[in-house]
Amino acid sequence: MNPILTVAAKEFRDDFRNRWTIALTILFALLALGIAWFGSAAAGRVGFTSFDATLASLTTLGAFVIPLIGLLIAYDSIVGERDDGTLLLMLSYPLARGQLVAGKFLGHCGALAAATLAGFGLAVTIMQWMQPPEQTMQAWLQIARFILSASLLGASFVGLACLISVQTADKSRAAGLALVGWLVSVVLFDLALLALLVVSGGNPLERAVYPYLLLFNPVDVFRLVNLTALGDGAGNDLLTGMTAHHVYPPALLYALLLGWAVAPFAWALLAFRRKEI
Amino acid sequence: MNHPIECHALAKHYGELAALDGISAVVPRGQVIGLLGHNGAGKSTLIKLILGLIAPSGGRLQVLGQSPWRAHALRRRIGYLPESATFYGNLSGRELLDYLARLKQAPRAQVATLLERVGLAHAADRRVGTYSKGMRQRLGLAQALLGSPELVLLDEPTTGLDPQATRELYRIVGELRADGRCVLVSSHLLAELEPHIDGALILRQGKLLAAGSLHALGEQAALPAQVLLRPRELAMGELLARLEAGGVSARPRPDGRLELQVPRAGKLRMLRELLADPAIVDLDVREPTLAQLYDWLGAGPPSTAEVAA
Repeated sequence: MNPILTVAAKEFRDDFRNRWTIALTILFALLALGIAWFGSAAAGRVGFTSFDATLASLTTLGAFVIPLIGLLIAYDSIVGERDDGTLLLMLSYPLARGQLVAGKFLGHCGALAAATLAGFGLAVTIMQWMQPPEQTMQAWLQIARFILSASLLGASFVGLACLISVQTADKSRAAGLALVGWLVSVVLFDLALLALLVVSGGNPLERAVYPYLLLFNPVDVFRLVNLTALGDGAGNDLLTGMTAHHVYPPALLYALLLGWAVAPFAWALLAFRRKEI
Repeated sequence: MNHPIECHALAKHYGELAALDGISAVVPRGQVIGLLGHNGAGKSTLIKLILGLIAPSGGRLQVLGQSPWRAHALRRRIGYLPESATFYGNLSGRELLDYLARLKQAPRAQVATLLERVGLAHAADRRVGTYSKGMRQRLGLAQALLGSPELVLLDEPTTGLDPQATRELYRIVGELRADGRCVLVSSHLLAELEPHIDGALILRQGKLLAAGSLHALGEQAALPAQVLLRPRELAMGELLARLEAGGVSARPRPDGRLELQVPRAGKLRMLRELLADPAIVDLDVREPTLAQLYDWLGAGPPSTAEVAA
């Protein structure tokens, strides 16, 4: 078997053994069911309501949770081996450094994607079984798109975690940096954009630039992919406010999300090749 | 035929620091060679160069006929036991070897055979995290032998092993030698290593102090043999006087014996005379040890002044 797949299979199995995959599956299923059931509680009723509203809330929540999980699952993938003294052993085997990082990246992405599919799949199955709403092809497509984009978002942060893991000297520093990475991409980036928007006071030229600034953050691309597809009224957050007058070609968004899924990993690959062992 | 390891003027610099400085040596097939030197002498750097994990800064290095730097496929023919080996504690011994065998594209049937060979068959399905230090070291040896490598690098292999496990390890090393493989053993434990090696590479502060068979190194150093004499009762004074008259300095030891330093050149003649001496009831000859050779070469740790320089 190809060494990348051998390493990936081990990491995938390890995530199962460490209960990561099962815990994430349950977490995703509970989140989805909770949001679906209590999503309309403010309006005075509970129960499975519209898929659109549920997916919109899930997107907002997923944008917080999935990056964190991607970082947590993989931040120690290389630096952990260095701390444990197994890195030198692994590199004494007939595999290139890039193959080791690629195997770890693929294994963790696979585990995260499997948990996403299983968790949200389980939730959708339960919703179907308890209260089958009139399902349209459109709704199924939206669910599929959500699961796929969530997996790509996860890959982006697993890649970022690999990069942090390659570049740091010990595990605790890697964990700290991972948290900073999460804070910046999930909270601070949007806050900074919002501040810019307020300060600029709606200058038309700047307003034209903002929608493109959003594309520099995979978390925002993930939101755009899901929320713009849901149509009006689905989301009411900052994002829809900022992009109200802007239409992104879906192909561009998917290409960007895919690019974001690969870019941090590619950087990690290059950085590890140059590292002195 | 090429030697498994050949290096010429091999150097590795980290900025200003010369971790290895112009090493030229060959390591022949079918031999066990000790890689000796104090901490920081350059042993680990040499091992990393041989494994192709770092690039040489200068000189030439050939391992099994090719340059090892980034030659991933070459590592299928090399086995390596890292110093104080740690492994994935969540896997069982068998799972770990299975994984590593797959990475090395070694026959999976070797896993059971090797576990048996290092005496871990009974613990094969236990988690490695529950293994003792000695068991982990034996597992490390087993993984180093996956794929029947032509060159085996053992870095401090007996750390944490009890005397019996140490004997077992050197028995396996002996089998590898008999099998025509080349084994490079790095160790601080000179007395333990000495009976098991054919030759040595001795490093100090990145330079090669000496290389060759133990016999040739001994000849080169021409260290005196040590002879211990037990005099007949009440004959100590008489014997001491006679030896000193003959120009031999002898030192009485607390155990009642006399210790002589006998130069290599006249050793046999001197021994004949001593054997014929009626005042001597017992005699022991000790050849210079690896540790004495090591001291003679000045291979010990650098002085503070040298470090500062």
